[in-house]
Amino acid sequence: MEVILRNLTKRFPSRDRKKREDVIAVDDFNFQIPDGRLIGLLGPSGCGKSTTLNLISGLLKPTSGRIFFGEDDVTDLPPENRGIGLVFQNYALYPHLTVRQNILFPLQNLKGKDKLSKSEMLSKANEAAKLVQIDDLMDRKPAELSGGQQQRVAIARALVKMPRVLLLDEPLSNLDARLRLQTREEIRRIQRKTGITTIFVTHDQEEAMSISDMIVVMKDGVVQQIGKPQEVYDNPENMFVARFLGTPPINLFVGQVKDNQLYIGKDAVLRLKGIGNQEVLVGIRPEGFILQEDGPLCCTLSGVEVMGRDTSVVSQNEASLNQTIRAIVGTEHLVMETKVRFALKPHKVFLFNRETEKRIDFEVEA
Amino acid sequence: MRKRKLTDWGLKGWLYLLPAILFLGFFMVYPLLDVFIYSFEEGYNSASQTYYGVGWYNYSYILHDPYFLQAVKNTFILVMITVPLSTGIALLISVALSSIKTLRELFQTIYFLPYVTNTLAVGLVFMILFQKTAYTDGLVNLFINWFGGSSVDFIDGPYSAKMFVLCFYTIWVVMPFKILILTSALSSVNQVYYNAARVDGTSKIRTFMRITLPMISPMIFYLVITGFIGAFKAYSDAVALFGTNLNAAEMNTIVGYVYDMLYGDSGGYPSYASAAAIILFSIVLTITCINLLMSQKKVHY
Repeated sequence: MEVILRNLTKRFPSRDRKKREDVIAVDDFNFQIPDGRLIGLLGPSGCGKSTTLNLISGLLKPTSGRIFFGEDDVTDLPPENRGIGLVFQNYALYPHLTVRQNILFPLQNLKGKDKLSKSEMLSKANEAAKLVQIDDLMDRKPAELSGGQQQRVAIARALVKMPRVLLLDEPLSNLDARLRLQTREEIRRIQRKTGITTIFVTHDQEEAMSISDMIVVMKDGVVQQIGKPQEVYDNPENMFVARFLGTPPINLFVGQVKDNQLYIGKDAVLRLKGIGNQEVLVGIRPEGFILQEDGPLCCTLSGVEVMGRDTSVVSQNEASLNQTIRAIVGTEHLVMETKVRFALKPHKVFLFNRETEKRIDFEVEA
Repeated sequence: MRKRKLTDWGLKGWLYLLPAILFLGFFMVYPLLDVFIYSFEEGYNSASQTYYGVGWYNYSYILHDPYFLQAVKNTFILVMITVPLSTGIALLISVALSSIKTLRELFQTIYFLPYVTNTLAVGLVFMILFQKTAYTDGLVNLFINWFGGSSVDFIDGPYSAKMFVLCFYTIWVVMPFKILILTSALSSVNQVYYNAARVDGTSKIRTFMRITLPMISPMIFYLVITGFIGAFKAYSDAVALFGTNLNAAEMNTIVGYVYDMLYGDSGGYPSYASAAAIILFSIVLTITCINLLMSQKKVHY
């Protein structure tokens, strides 16, 4: 099912009576979510991503704008008539019901022509349980399950009535690191198998990048960028997106463009084309550095960290906005000195306007 | 052989327990045992502290005493009517209270007023409402007359009318506490369960029956148990409405009977009083055990 958000806006009245301004949680959100995809809503806490999810679910009413599921305008429909499955952050499993009763619960609500017989319900519940691999836990209570198992039950409960759209609110935030990796693969698998359009909310960029078909990066209620994860990573539209995506985070420098040369501090690091003289902010991805004895960028070395397969060179530079610069390099030929010199990979370097923090395009002179 | 130290007998531990044991033993265990013993001492005289013999006579006497049987009947009717009704009505009011936003605090205060009002003062108000005197038939009778009924004497009239007033009064007095407990129980149910139920299209009634009720069941159970115990021990309510001569009014309760046997006009029989108290004790114990057994399936902690 295609989900279309048109000029979606949600304002909350301000709690502070002195300030009459409303809090704008979601500001003019436009997006056409293609059918059968897995979409990650990504942003720091308080950016309006959960509000967006609640607007789609119908638990909140938008201040303005419309929501369509395919052809149907669902903006004024209550949640129960939208045909959605919602998995809550803390799962919201009914603690006094067994896993089976929890999964059966939505089916037992069906009325009229949708009403199912007992055996139909049971077989549907078993099917959903099999899909998320909890069919051997059906008689347990939620308290007797691990976090990961509870998560699966919650997904089964959301899937059992075959929703048009599946919504997941921070689905992995209550799980430990190992389980998180496993469960996100699981979500991907289940989504592929069922083909249900799925929207999930997360503040963890790695999570969103790893399983989404598309990600939506939000900040302060405003959509910053929408696209395939790798495209957004390789082509951030502004400094916020560039900083938010990627671990370790992008390295930022104050720099300037003068006579088709990009300067960081006093070092002329790149030759550019098609860009006027101006003050800029320079973002360089950690993998954008090449250790080179005669490289143009000179930094003071403060250490080398080896983390599994990655070796990061930690250094400092006066022009850097981060406390330390992290460069991920190959493990070979590491010579420890007080100074390190880097060459840069041009496609890992982004320039941003100092005021607007918008991306500035440039071409590299060969 | 090794010399035993003080600690080998756990004496040190007992020493720590001593204050609590003394206190509990003196004020809880001893009186209970004493009542138990009294109830078997036949012809006990409290002035000379003598008795003729030991046996079941006291029990046999009170079980053949029509006043006691009347008191048992009254108490049972009171319990069976007021406990379910007051809990049910309190639940309805609490649900209503927690589903409104405006004036909720005002209503909460109003519902809580009876709790902080003196029993006898409330009794007086009920007298005004229900009592029929030479000058007036009382407020309630005024209404009955309005709708074409004939006046009923609720205080000195037929048994059913008096029982109605007593039950009405008891329910009214115990309700505030139950509403207080239930509203807080209702507000402690996490909103996320209601959201989940809403997304799944659960009807209001089903949400209440399948989600709200089970989640507040421990509190309801607590109210039922304490309600039963409280109603079995009812006495002051009857006095507030019908005066101290409850036997004459046919409105005595078991505790009232115990009191009469001790200090009433026909009193001075601690052995009969003890026997009645022990019977009350065993009734309450039995009912509570039945409650506990029944609750095991219905209450979700």
